[in-house]
Amino acid sequence: MLKKNKINIQLLKKMCYSLIKIRKFEEKIIERYPDQKICCPVHLCIGQEAIAVGVCENLKKNDYLFSTHRNHGHLIAKGADIKLMFAELYGKITGCSSGKGGSMHMIFPENGILGTSAIVAGGIPMAVGSALASKIKNEKRVSVTFFGDGAVDEGTFYESLNFAALKRLPVVFVCENNFYATNSPQKARQANCDIYKIAKFFNIPGICVKGNDLFAVYRVAKESVNRARNGSGPSLIEARTYRWRSHVGPETDIEKGLRDKKEVEEWQALCPYSCFRQAILKNKLLKETDIIEIEQLVTNEIEEALEFALKSPYPVADDLYKDVY
Amino acid sequence: MSWDKIPTDLSNLRVTQDNTDSGTGRLVSYRDAIRDALRLALKKDGDVFLFGEGIDDPTGVFGTTTGLQKEFGKQRVFDTPICENALTGIGIGASLAGLKPVLIHMRTDFMIISMDQLINHAAKWKYMFGGKKPVSLVVRAIIGGGWGSAAQHSQPIQALFAHVPGLKVVMPATAYDAKGLLLASIFSQSPVIFIEHRWLYDHKDQVPAGPYFIPLGKGIVRKEGKDITLIADSFMVALAMEASKELSREGIGAEVIDLRTIKPIDKELILNSVKKTKRAMVLDFGYEFCGISSEIAAFVNEKLFGCLKAPVVRVGLPDIPTPASPILEKLYYPNKDGIITAIKGVLHG
Repeated sequence: MLKKNKINIQLLKKMCYSLIKIRKFEEKIIERYPDQKICCPVHLCIGQEAIAVGVCENLKKNDYLFSTHRNHGHLIAKGADIKLMFAELYGKITGCSSGKGGSMHMIFPENGILGTSAIVAGGIPMAVGSALASKIKNEKRVSVTFFGDGAVDEGTFYESLNFAALKRLPVVFVCENNFYATNSPQKARQANCDIYKIAKFFNIPGICVKGNDLFAVYRVAKESVNRARNGSGPSLIEARTYRWRSHVGPETDIEKGLRDKKEVEEWQALCPYSCFRQAILKNKLLKETDIIEIEQLVTNEIEEALEFALKSPYPVADDLYKDVY
Repeated sequence: MSWDKIPTDLSNLRVTQDNTDSGTGRLVSYRDAIRDALRLALKKDGDVFLFGEGIDDPTGVFGTTTGLQKEFGKQRVFDTPICENALTGIGIGASLAGLKPVLIHMRTDFMIISMDQLINHAAKWKYMFGGKKPVSLVVRAIIGGGWGSAAQHSQPIQALFAHVPGLKVVMPATAYDAKGLLLASIFSQSPVIFIEHRWLYDHKDQVPAGPYFIPLGKGIVRKEGKDITLIADSFMVALAMEASKELSREGIGAEVIDLRTIKPIDKELILNSVKKTKRAMVLDFGYEFCGISSEIAAFVNEKLFGCLKAPVVRVGLPDIPTPASPILEKLYYPNKDGIITAIKGVLHG
């Protein structure tokens, strides 16, 4: 993967850009949250960004994506406009959901992002549904659903795998296993913690990948997306990773006494961005100046988006009644 | 006798077409009218598809899907695994990707498993995302007991669905309406719970062959009267019509409103009628407690308290699960005589 002659430099820059953008977007939320102007719960994905980027870099703009309450990374990686995301966080009428959704409910149909559900496993059957639509309409569109290890506790997950496998639908199930559902450890909830093995029962591929290794995720996702696109059916990817921040809110679980410091530090040593950066510099794929340039670009975009959100108007009373039916 | 055979005393009831807009047509049963609507929708629009547990069975969901798979193929009319929640989510996802799914359940009871996708997702998607992506999904479900269907094969839980902002609830009482309301539901770009009543499947009336739409949210006056308004839905319309006919022989004019749609509800029609008759009875084929009938009674009281000559009364199902024994079933369900007695109670204080 890292042989210079084989790698697409544009793709590397794009991956680098998305990784930095997700990280900086959420760091900006952490910075601004104490102002109490972002009046909605935020579920941050810092530490898990490589999965979103590795998967979405294999998707076309019109491929479908469903996500969860922890959606910022997926949306940014799929090309969502962060101006509209920030505006949504601030409850503004210019937000991607007109201020009705907040952090947990963002949508960008123009990027194939058909919505995000804050009910565990809620988006999984929907991605199977959009995949069914692609098949019925004979389109070559792939559907991707991101979910956490908590969703694997739910019956809907198995129902959806079965249906997708039965009908050989073009869907990729991406489980971001960060080992905790809120604060409940995976081992306390699941009889078998190897989530990828569930695929075997449904006769579809189940792949386990190091979720903090962007290149590994990219390779695995490429295979699953191609498989879906060429009509060979669904796959299940279990990408193991770690959430640095609390389940909800900008704090960390260490400060709340909910996590073992050593465990957190071990995972932070595997920071997806640092690992990626090191690898590309070591292999001389990008120059330090290239990366600094990308970082600066992202910083400017974030500031611009934040300003847009802050300057945008709030919804008015009439908006309360709109779009129920 | 098959277990879904309808008791004779119920299948003989008729909703006469007094004052309807059906015009001329063929005499068609409620079940065939539904099948007709599905067939026309499939024919008219390539985005429509039907799915549900056992819908390709030879019995064809009480005859409402018979022959459709043969005509439109397995891709557009298909049987499914037994996974109501995922099926509902699949319907939502397919609709977000541009299709118009019709999900069919043999019983409303089975939909209870899918409440997550119905309430948390289908009902919310439009509002939660600022109107960007409305869900176009019709969920057909069937109510009505008999033949010992008991507590898990007959629950009329329309009030549960109507309680949730974002869901529309339709309850046709005639064959003509079943067709026009189902077509309107499929093309309404909304999540619609379409509740059919088993005891109505053999009811026949004039149904045009071509497609037509009955607007969701509009009720109809089935029979005019001056003394009391009977506000009814689904099978209760048939009972109300029978009661009204019998009372007219005694010189009592009971006006019958068929709600057609429970949500949105036609408040204007109700108010106009009750303003005239000054008395109202709500007949809902559902539980009285926290039911559709409670909602309508409260609404009429709030708006017309000053002009009412008597309290609004309700006829519905008791706060009891459906029993199996025919003796208990008979006691459990409302009947024409009980309604007539209740109406006389309102009129004579």
